[in-house]
Amino acid sequence: MPITARQDRSARFEGHADPEASPRLHPGPLDAIWFQVTGTVCNIRCEHCFVSCGPTNRAFGFLSLGEVERRLEESVGLGVREYYFTGGEPFLHPDIVEILKRALARGPTTVLTNGTLLKPSHAASLGQAAAGSRFSLEFRISIDGFDPAAHDALRGAGMFERALAGLELLLDHGFLPIVTAVRTWAPGEEPAVYRAFVDMLRARGYRNPRIKLMPAFRIGAEAERAGGYAADERVTTRMVDGYDPDLLLCSSGRVVTDRGIWVCPILLDAPEGNLGDDLAAAASRPFRLGHAACTTCWAHGAVCANPGAALPEAGAAADPVADR
Amino acid sequence: MILSDAAWLSPTEGPVALFGGVYSNHPALAATLEDARAASAGTAVCLGDLGAFGPDPDASCRIVRQSEIPVVQGNYDHSLGHGLPDCRCGYTDPEDNRFAAISYRYTYARTSPDHRAWMRAFPQAIRFRLGDRRVLLCHASPRRINEFLWESMSSDHFLLRLLDDAEADVLAVSHTGIPWLRQLPGRRAVVNVGAIGRPPNDGRTGAPYALLDLDPDGNPAVRWRRVEYDHDRLAAEMREEGLPEEFVETMLTGWWTTCLEVLPAKERARGRF
Repeated sequence: MPITARQDRSARFEGHADPEASPRLHPGPLDAIWFQVTGTVCNIRCEHCFVSCGPTNRAFGFLSLGEVERRLEESVGLGVREYYFTGGEPFLHPDIVEILKRALARGPTTVLTNGTLLKPSHAASLGQAAAGSRFSLEFRISIDGFDPAAHDALRGAGMFERALAGLELLLDHGFLPIVTAVRTWAPGEEPAVYRAFVDMLRARGYRNPRIKLMPAFRIGAEAERAGGYAADERVTTRMVDGYDPDLLLCSSGRVVTDRGIWVCPILLDAPEGNLGDDLAAAASRPFRLGHAACTTCWAHGAVCANPGAALPEAGAAADPVADR
Repeated sequence: MILSDAAWLSPTEGPVALFGGVYSNHPALAATLEDARAASAGTAVCLGDLGAFGPDPDASCRIVRQSEIPVVQGNYDHSLGHGLPDCRCGYTDPEDNRFAAISYRYTYARTSPDHRAWMRAFPQAIRFRLGDRRVLLCHASPRRINEFLWESMSSDHFLLRLLDDAEADVLAVSHTGIPWLRQLPGRRAVVNVGAIGRPPNDGRTGAPYALLDLDPDGNPAVRWRRVEYDHDRLAAEMREEGLPEEFVETMLTGWWTTCLEVLPAKERARGRF
């Protein structure tokens, strides 16, 4: 008996009569809540940031400990599987350690950081919390080049060494950070780049480094650096025929911000990304995949999730199969 | 959907032997079935993935067929049964996928068409009653045939939602290869029985499986078993078949050497690599 799930799942796409128009996705159960915990405020200003975060970008503000607690409470009734914390730079938040501890008490927790603000007190306190929890506390640390020249060109002078210092601090406290790099190299260079990352991290004392490579989203600062999407780049109804919607984060995740619930962590600057203030309602609200950046998720799948929670890249899943 | 494909077994008395991930490890399979008989298990069920990793996949198929135990279809069984180009193991790392491809190509070539057709007919879920508890068996999760249910990546409320959505009190799965048990309110539980074909990355070579039963208060209870078998013989066979030395090392040491990148932090930290 063939798996019929592929067909059942693709029924969650509400196609448009025009096959070239964008479909709407009816989400499945809410598995992940993302917290835009420091909004768009970051201590650095990266050349490739898809939301142009920086020290003065107050488009989105901080979430209070109370607001995070309220949403964590709400997540229990929704059966949420795991929590992600991002920004901006989460370690700008004065309560970040307490926030992460409260999340970790309820479920698996991941924090995305540039690593440059990590202090020994953060690592010690969180290391203790992680050791005492049934759940994983994952650190994702952004290191976009395997040497200072490549990394600092995107993230600012001296940032490579500061990020590596943060990484070493985490290693010292028992963490196995996932080093996350945005692909700013040519596809043909990838095996060599990957190898160079492994070698560099081993030289820094990370014996079995965990590495996640991500595609660039050509919006925000990245659009100015490397060029944006073409005017007609869209996910079309034709493109989702037989496509597995669980590859897309908007199928199973939502973002809590100080301005309401957003559809995904990428489309913060898109007004249509705002799904109101009610998390439960926003979790089930369909979303039209009409933004050019949706094509990047369509092509790569599960871009934002951790490796263990991700499905294979969409390209692999789209291989010809014998399902009939 | 996985659940609409469920087969029903008769209500049963415990203990029920639940094992998954045979991965062509026929000596571990034979030892597990022997151990389950010795433990007076009324029923044994395999949670899928007969092939992969080990040597001579047809040998394991023959043992399972002769024993007539029910099998829940795993992603490997599904891929082999339908002639798919890969195992759909759910890896995301290129090196993990390279090893997965070696394993799948070997297993596909060495599994008889008759056995592949048999795998195609496995149900993707099995249900039965144990006392008043509704038990659901799936290979990976009630939602997907290749979703990883790791202990450290599953909140209690998420597992309760899976049980509610699947109308079950006890869910047993495999797929990840690392066993765990979560007791939940309302006499409910989720158990991952691990895999008998590859040791669970803890430096021991024995094959883990679960004996599911109810305790005197009617709560789901699991007695873990760890079955020793002749892993030296298995390693010799793997080498004769030209399987990667990395796979052989895992069987001899109990530590995973490949397919590590899907492990969450907590599970990864417990291993050697």
